[in-house]
Amino acid sequence: MQQIVNFLIKHRNFLLFAFLLFLSLVFTIQSHSYHRSKFVNSANFLSGGIYGGLDDISEYFDLKIHNAQLVEENNRLRSRLYNLTDKKDQKLDTLAFNSLYRFTTAKVINNNYNLKDNFITLRGGSKKGIKQDLGVITSKGLVGIVDRVSTNYATVLSILNSNSQINAKLKKSNHFGILVWKGGDPNIVDLVDVQSKAPVALGDTIVTGGKSTIFPEGIGIGTINNFKLDPSENFYTIKIKLFNDMTNVGYVYVIENMNGDEIKTLEQQTVDEQ
Amino acid sequence: MNSSIFKNILRFVLLILLQVAIFNNINFLGYINPYPYILFILLFPVGDNRALLIFTSFLLGLTLDMFSNSGGMHAAASVTIAYLRPWILQSIFGIAYEYNAIKVAKADFGERLLYISILVFTHHLILFFAESFNFSDIIYILKKTLFSGIFSVLLCMLFITLFSLKRK
Repeated sequence: MQQIVNFLIKHRNFLLFAFLLFLSLVFTIQSHSYHRSKFVNSANFLSGGIYGGLDDISEYFDLKIHNAQLVEENNRLRSRLYNLTDKKDQKLDTLAFNSLYRFTTAKVINNNYNLKDNFITLRGGSKKGIKQDLGVITSKGLVGIVDRVSTNYATVLSILNSNSQINAKLKKSNHFGILVWKGGDPNIVDLVDVQSKAPVALGDTIVTGGKSTIFPEGIGIGTINNFKLDPSENFYTIKIKLFNDMTNVGYVYVIENMNGDEIKTLEQQTVDEQ
Repeated sequence: MNSSIFKNILRFVLLILLQVAIFNNINFLGYINPYPYILFILLFPVGDNRALLIFTSFLLGLTLDMFSNSGGMHAAASVTIAYLRPWILQSIFGIAYEYNAIKVAKADFGERLLYISILVFTHHLILFFAESFNFSDIIYILKKTLFSGIFSVLLCMLFITLFSLKRK
């Protein structure tokens, strides 16, 4: 017993080091899998507050760009509104309004794009109705999926994250694939597992696939920059140039699918019964 | 003694704030960021409680991890160099280390550069390995370690020179 105590005292620094290293490795491994970074994330009072304060200062530098983006979006929505072909079907049913998708706005207060797993921090949390697994877009296109939420802040798993896998399809033909990012250029992502029969051409538009409950169908992602067949010639790997400039994201929309829970419960029941 | 504790706490907070507000957003050539926050570990008083250094380094890394959503990568790298520091001090400064008479800021330029470079490159190698967590990315890891390391060493040397001028 005495010897054990002596050993512990003699090697206490090493034991402390080993314990803390083990702890940090556990956190690291957790952070490499989806939705597992339970303890260490920036959706909390301290880091959210500091990022918020820093953003209060730096947002003035981007005001011009954000104004231009808003005007552009207003312009697009206005031209859609006044060019509706059959206006008779378009009446506002107050009961059914917001019944499919509900949108919330939030401000990006921290954005990473130079790591392998990038996250975005938003000002706006459970108080504003933001929940885990909601989709996040800008006026131009896809940004990511909400990961962790606190009362006033939320973190978003950016599409520039190796854990992010989003269903996407070719706009003209419905052939779908999975959107992944393998590091490097923050404006280029890969679309993998696209059937070799798909009519792929440079410059074609890629949109969200609507096969998940997270994003509505048809949200813009980007255009085809480059593509090649895999060695077995069954699938395409397509390089996509994003519509969004991921290095400069200001205000975002958080999308909640109002039927999401119902769809998920139903799918879960189907799986359970098998 | 009290002023030393106060100075180290202040250094801890200031370095974290600087790292989060400025150095994490440099993105030189797209992916090169310096990490001068490890100055806290480099400049921690020599001969003081080793367990305290290891524990505070862990806290330093973990705080930064919280800000950058990176799990425990910075914590792992920081705690390792905090543990290795005594041997590196001993091999570089030799006999002076035995007498607890080292002030990093007052050491020779060559010794100081060597000391900082060894710790910075060890830290960055562990950090970027934990970030990618994949042996197949070894070229990417080494490249990032080299470029970010040079940047960090430069900044650390600069900070030390800048804040120790008046004492000379």
